[in-house]
Amino acid sequence: MSKRVLLGVLLACGLAAPALAQEPKAGGAINAVIQPEPPGLMLAMVQNGPVQMVSGNIFEGLLRYSPKLEPQPELAESWSVSEDAKTYTFKLRKGVTWHDGKPFTAADVLFSIEMLKQTHARARNNLAQVDKVEAPDDYTVVFTLKQPFGPFLGIFEVGSMPIVPKHLYEGTDWKTNPYNNAPVGTGPFMFKEWQKGSFIRLVKNPNYYEKGKPYLDEIYWQIIPDAAARSVAYETGKVDVLPGGSVENFDVPRLSKLKDTCVTGAGWEFFSPLAWLWLNNRQGPLADKRVRQAVMFAIDRDFAKDVIWNGLGKVATGPSASTIKYYTDDVPKYPYDPAKAKALLKEAGYKGEKIRLLPLAYGETWQRWGEAVKQNLQDVGMNIETIATDVAGFNQKIGDWDYDIAFTYLYQYGDPALGVGRNYVSSAIAKGQVFNNVEGYSNPEIDKLFADGAVATPDSKRKEIYEKAQKILVEDVPVAWMLELQFPTIMRCKVKNLITTGIGVNDGFKDAWLDK
Amino acid sequence: MLRSPSGVIGLIILLLAISVALFGPMLFPNSPWRMVQRPFLPPFTLATVPLGTDALGRDVFAGMIFGARVSLLVGMVSTLVALVVGVPIGAMAGYFGGRVDDALMRFTEFFQTIPSFALAIVLVAILQPSIYSIVASIALVSWPPVARLVRGEVLSLRTREYVQAAVVTGQSNTWIILREILPNTLSPVIVLASLMVATAILLESSLAFLGLGDPNLISWGYMVGAGRTVIRQAWWITVFPGVAILISVLGLNLIGEGLNDALNPRLSREGR
Repeated sequence: MSKRVLLGVLLACGLAAPALAQEPKAGGAINAVIQPEPPGLMLAMVQNGPVQMVSGNIFEGLLRYSPKLEPQPELAESWSVSEDAKTYTFKLRKGVTWHDGKPFTAADVLFSIEMLKQTHARARNNLAQVDKVEAPDDYTVVFTLKQPFGPFLGIFEVGSMPIVPKHLYEGTDWKTNPYNNAPVGTGPFMFKEWQKGSFIRLVKNPNYYEKGKPYLDEIYWQIIPDAAARSVAYETGKVDVLPGGSVENFDVPRLSKLKDTCVTGAGWEFFSPLAWLWLNNRQGPLADKRVRQAVMFAIDRDFAKDVIWNGLGKVATGPSASTIKYYTDDVPKYPYDPAKAKALLKEAGYKGEKIRLLPLAYGETWQRWGEAVKQNLQDVGMNIETIATDVAGFNQKIGDWDYDIAFTYLYQYGDPALGVGRNYVSSAIAKGQVFNNVEGYSNPEIDKLFADGAVATPDSKRKEIYEKAQKILVEDVPVAWMLELQFPTIMRCKVKNLITTGIGVNDGFKDAWLDK
Repeated sequence: MLRSPSGVIGLIILLLAISVALFGPMLFPNSPWRMVQRPFLPPFTLATVPLGTDALGRDVFAGMIFGARVSLLVGMVSTLVALVVGVPIGAMAGYFGGRVDDALMRFTEFFQTIPSFALAIVLVAILQPSIYSIVASIALVSWPPVARLVRGEVLSLRTREYVQAAVVTGQSNTWIILREILPNTLSPVIVLASLMVATAILLESSLAFLGLGDPNLISWGYMVGAGRTVIRQAWWITVFPGVAILISVLGLNLIGEGLNDALNPRLSREGR
């Protein structure tokens, strides 16, 4: 689960092992790439990847997660669970202040939860099992659940449930609150300035509650729109950290070989991004299960991994990534088998109807992948037409269900109840929204399994339920699972301890230091 | 035309490119999108993929051949469309003069004030990239020079005696424009058109380079754009299609020059 991914033999100097016993040094500034430029920094309002990456160091959650996804104290110092697994009591840290000097208390937590229920779709979903939240005193928060909810301790990560300042937001229009542009959190770094299109600057929080931390004085998030220019910026020394996904994959081996460069695939365990093709189950040839299975057989996923992703990642076996709970590989298998795909298409009576393919507009890797998949599908006789779109057009087409096949990748959040179910249960079919059950798969048995699995106890029971769900899904192929993605973080070896948690760079600057 | 050596060279290049575009795909039926060999195979190592392979192991040579088709097709069709739009507008403006001229020329200038490449990008982005939107947007940004050129020619021909004679004999305006005036404006228009094809090829390549090509068709510009980021690892992916663009544009320019010499013999003789 916490396995650190080796980038093959090319790896220049291995991993920045956190265990390396070395005294942290204070001071210095780090330049990191942020890609693309975030649409905002108020984590409670916008949650795109780059927002989480910058603001995860400004805001904090109640808990932090190790690479093994074990909860660790952050704003909550300790926590306890009642016998019946329905009451969770969090003791908050004392002496924490907001960046503007006001004290942090349980009232902020209660307010944040109310706000997030309205502004953060995933938080709302995560909190669905919560009956009430109370604060008996300023430093205690008690969650009472409607029924036991296995993954409950997994929902307090900073991007999933950021704690926001009540005194700045209560009674204001959240959307137009001026603090959205200059966020105030409790985290190790404070927002300083944002030159649009150029950089975002964070500075050390001198009053941070963990004495001595953070070690760094400043972080500059450099905004560089072109992938090749980002690689060059690293080579010329303009930036020191290339977070996962900020350079094209084929540049990774070259950059890894540079002097004083360290590469790690760690820091994505909490997300475990899984790439798949949404197949529109509603209409056209793909409404037929056999055609969808043919898609699985037709695509050479090992080629995608080895060539397009430069050997990074792992071929997916089903709806769960292998890093998350209750994963099983005891499911029907779909090796690369064009002959079988052709036979299935014939059996399904496919007559060359046109099928539209939407690649992701996230840069070259995805464009090349779209081309390779198109070729794979054409090779077995499918009539594929690629539709070029930008990100906004893509979201619109997907939300309107106006597609046949579309690339995507989604985070898994450690537990099938948090990150997997939302893609397959029929209650998550909502026109106009992306990142839910956009394929329109509807199976009462799956609905029931995911509903039961979320609240079942003990663990062995949940395991049984989710394994069954995985088998059914893999047989039905509601979507075509491609790869478990790995986004290597490339950085100078002098940057130490940046990646120590399951969300890596997103909250890693708290512990990071520069060895000068 | 055949007396000018540069024109002959240009003609040979163009004929070669056209025959590659027409017959190449028949001789090499393999799709340029098919992954045939290991990625980043250098050129001249395997006879089956003489120019090497790209980042996905696709045959660069096949891409060149299929790309010729798209590049030439876009170049010629969009030029044709631009002529169909530009010639009548220019002819009417020049022939009727006065308010008609003013209105049409202000309309033309409206297009000329917008940088043509920027306009083409915006149009393709709005219409979604496809071969049709690309041809349409290139045509739309390249007709104003045609209109202005034709207008100038028509303005001067309008006052010639034979045109006035036609007016006196009661010929209709359409007849005069089509039969008396336009045929005499042809030579500069042909020269301009040959250069416009070259410009259109460059425009299409630039659009494809920026990722605004038709995603279902391979073109030289797409190949250069796709190979750009790996140019340090694999120069051949960008260099060969780049050379193809260079040579065909050069060929068309030479033809334009040759045509100019041939169609304006006096001018060229005086020049020498």
